Amino acid sequence: MDIANQLQRQFMDYSTSLHREGFVDDQFTQLQKLQDENSPDFVVEVASLFFEDCEKLINNMARALEQQQGVDFKQVDASVHQLKGSSSSIGAMRVKNVCIAFRSFCEAQNREGCLRCLQQVTHEYSLLKNKLQTLFRLEKQILAAGGSIPIVE
Amino acid sequence: MESCYCIEPQWPADELLMKYQYISDFFIALAYFSIPLELIYFVKKSAVFPYRWVLVQFGAFIVLCGATHLINLWTFTVHSRTVAIVMTTAKVLTAAVSCATALMLVHIIPDLLSVQTRELFLKNKAAELDREMGLIRTQEETGRHVRMLTHEIRSTLDRHTILQTTLVELGRTLALEECALWMPTRTGLELQLSYTLHQQNPVGYTVPIHLPVINQVFSSSHAVKISPNCPVARLRPAGKYVPGEVVAVRVPLLHLSNFQINDWPELSTKRYALMVLMLPADSARQWHVYELELVEVVADQVAVALSHAAILEESMRARELLMEQNVALDLARREAETAIRARNDFLAVMNHEMRTPMHVIIALSSLLQETELTPEQRLMVETILKSSNLLATLINDVLDLSSLEDGSLQLELETFNLYAVFREVLNLIEPVASVKRLHVSLNLAPDLPEYAIGDEKRLMQTILNVVSNAVKFSMEGSISITAFVAKSESLRDSRAPEFYPVPSDNHFYLRVQVKDSGSGISPQDIHKLFTKFAQTQSTATRNSGGSGLGLAICKRFVNLMEGHIWIESEGLGKGCTAIFIVKLGIPGCLNESKLPIMPRMSTTIHSQIAFPGLKVLVMDENGVSRMVTKGLLVHLGCDVTMVSSSDECLRVVSHEHKVVLIDVCVPGIDGYETAMRIHEKFTKHHERPLIVALTGNTDKVINENCMKVGMDGIVLKPVSLDKMRSVLSDLLEHQVLFEAI
Repeated sequence: MDIANQLQRQFMDYSTSLHREGFVDDQFTQLQKLQDENSPDFVVEVASLFFEDCEKLINNMARALEQQQGVDFKQVDASVHQLKGSSSSIGAMRVKNVCIAFRSFCEAQNREGCLRCLQQVTHEYSLLKNKLQTLFRLEKQILAAGGSIPIVE
Repeated sequence: MESCYCIEPQWPADELLMKYQYISDFFIALAYFSIPLELIYFVKKSAVFPYRWVLVQFGAFIVLCGATHLINLWTFTVHSRTVAIVMTTAKVLTAAVSCATALMLVHIIPDLLSVQTRELFLKNKAAELDREMGLIRTQEETGRHVRMLTHEIRSTLDRHTILQTTLVELGRTLALEECALWMPTRTGLELQLSYTLHQQNPVGYTVPIHLPVINQVFSSSHAVKISPNCPVARLRPAGKYVPGEVVAVRVPLLHLSNFQINDWPELSTKRYALMVLMLPADSARQWHVYELELVEVVADQVAVALSHAAILEESMRARELLMEQNVALDLARREAETAIRARNDFLAVMNHEMRTPMHVIIALSSLLQETELTPEQRLMVETILKSSNLLATLINDVLDLSSLEDGSLQLELETFNLYAVFREVLNLIEPVASVKRLHVSLNLAPDLPEYAIGDEKRLMQTILNVVSNAVKFSMEGSISITAFVAKSESLRDSRAPEFYPVPSDNHFYLRVQVKDSGSGISPQDIHKLFTKFAQTQSTATRNSGGSGLGLAICKRFVNLMEGHIWIESEGLGKGCTAIFIVKLGIPGCLNESKLPIMPRMSTTIHSQIAFPGLKVLVMDENGVSRMVTKGLLVHLGCDVTMVSSSDECLRVVSHEHKVVLIDVCVPGIDGYETAMRIHEKFTKHHERPLIVALTGNTDKVINENCMKVGMDGIVLKPVSLDKMRSVLSDLLEHQVLFEAI
């Protein structure tokens, strides 16, 4: 039980830090609330889906922006829009903010700006992925130790 | 030569005598030798002769005798000693054997004699058996005759043939002199001679039924011997001969009604016929038991065959009757169809003829309304317009009458102002009433809700019809209209035993009473009021016009509104009161005809399932947000279907889905168009699911667009669990939700 408590405390701290640093926002908390006996892996599933989506979209955008002849800004914009939607659904605040900036560059058809934003998005995405994966690992450890995942308000 | 020992002959050898002796001896020997041969031959032939040993002895005896005589032949002349010895041996042997045989015969002959007696006995027995065989054969013959007779009888269903065959066959089988059948007459008091064997057409020869001999026969199921002198047996002209024995048997006449299912026919109330059989006169024949049995069997068979014939007759008659009825029904049906078609044609024509002038009136009145009019003129024009609209509705309903009767008319339920309806009616009726100097008063109970859910148009039509009837049939006095909410005691009326009002929370019963002081109606005419086209024939009403449809239509509307309408009147000249009760919905309450809202139940500590089973369709292109939305809804207990394109959405959406959530911010997918197409797909208001837009930002444009396409609400993303819950509950409660931030 000691281990479980320890882990739980660790989890709480980590969660709070994520929120504080702006990696996730309230929406993520909402998602966590949706997890119950009927869907015990809800958050993990949504996160996995988000990561897949992200990678796909980032690749699309990269490919579109690499076009030397003429960048199809509409396509890029569409991808960014999708990414924005996904990130706001999962509560990835930082990613979402970058997307907002990205969109304005797309509208202005600024290739440099877009590339810069793409870089930033990729960076934020990988950071978030790491953080979330750590969080999920903590969760698994807590469950293995026989404890329950505390709810962070 | 040695001399023999024979005695010296006393007389000289007579040549002739010697010769004869010689010959006879020879023949004796021959015979004596041949007899055993014959015996042997015949014994060999018959295999069963039991006394062989005796025969052998006998044979030996005879042979030896023969031998003796043969040897004797040699002794006539002087003979040698050898011959003498042989002769002596032979004689000795012969003596021995013959003695033995004699002794043996003493034992045998009694046996032989007894065989003889046994043979005699067997012969007698054989003769007796022969006789019995003859008897059995005769019985067998008669049995065969009976079977054949039965077969003959049962192979026909014609009464006459049955009876005739019976008599003929019986006569032949039993070699009868005369056979007759007496049937009971219609009255049942007499027996009439119906069929005889030899007389072709028996003239109506009747005998009263209650003779003792007849009763005796009828009371027993066996054939009864009767005296040849009783009236039923006097079938032949009395002659000099001694009449043969007569037997009579009853034949039950089974009636159709005697057969009950699971019940054998009772033999008590039976009619019987009498069959009389007469043996040939001057014959010493007696009725044997087996012959009587035969007669009884035949009588039963005849009864059965007759009943079959009767049943067949009945069924043929019934079938003919049925066919006649069928033909008549067919004719009636065709006539009815023609009448219906004629009526429909008439209505169709009249529809057009009536609608055209109506349209003209309405159009021109509307145009008139647009022109410059004085206030009184305006009022008049408005009244004309309203009345003509009402009339147009009425005309529509005349044609709807057939659909009313089919039950295919449906009420159009909506929320309307109840008070306004009554005021409208009052306005419409005022001019007419004031012309007749009738005072109309309206009394609305204070607890009457201002708004109600129901078919406004038809309710107004009903009230107006009732009130205008009141006005029409009153020459003077006042009309009072009262409306109030009916409480349970006043709901149940003794006049309407089939009317079972069911009070519930979302409905109330509106009771309207229209009392007039007019001509009144006599009690016997009241029931006619609600029948179509029927008018009461009183002079006061003759020139008041009216198609007679009004109250019939009202009754149908009231019935559709799950209510009841009736008229009370104390008699002619005492005015009458028309009362009707209809069921109206209360707006603002949970209307169970729309959407099922389950009461909020908290099943577990951690989740509150608010909308179990609520079918929701979510259209969102973005996989992640789609999953999140689904998670939210599933958490609330909804049954979620996900689609990612407009086409898929339209394909999947059905009237089972109560709510459709559409993400309108997805570029490339027009959520608005989807909403419009959903509106098109579901024309009936209550079948259409509620459409809610999910959007990431709200601004006026999006708001307006949503309202324009007919969405029922907007929800701002991101949606929290609580927000989703409150959104859904508001939506389902109010059918509309504008703006949940």
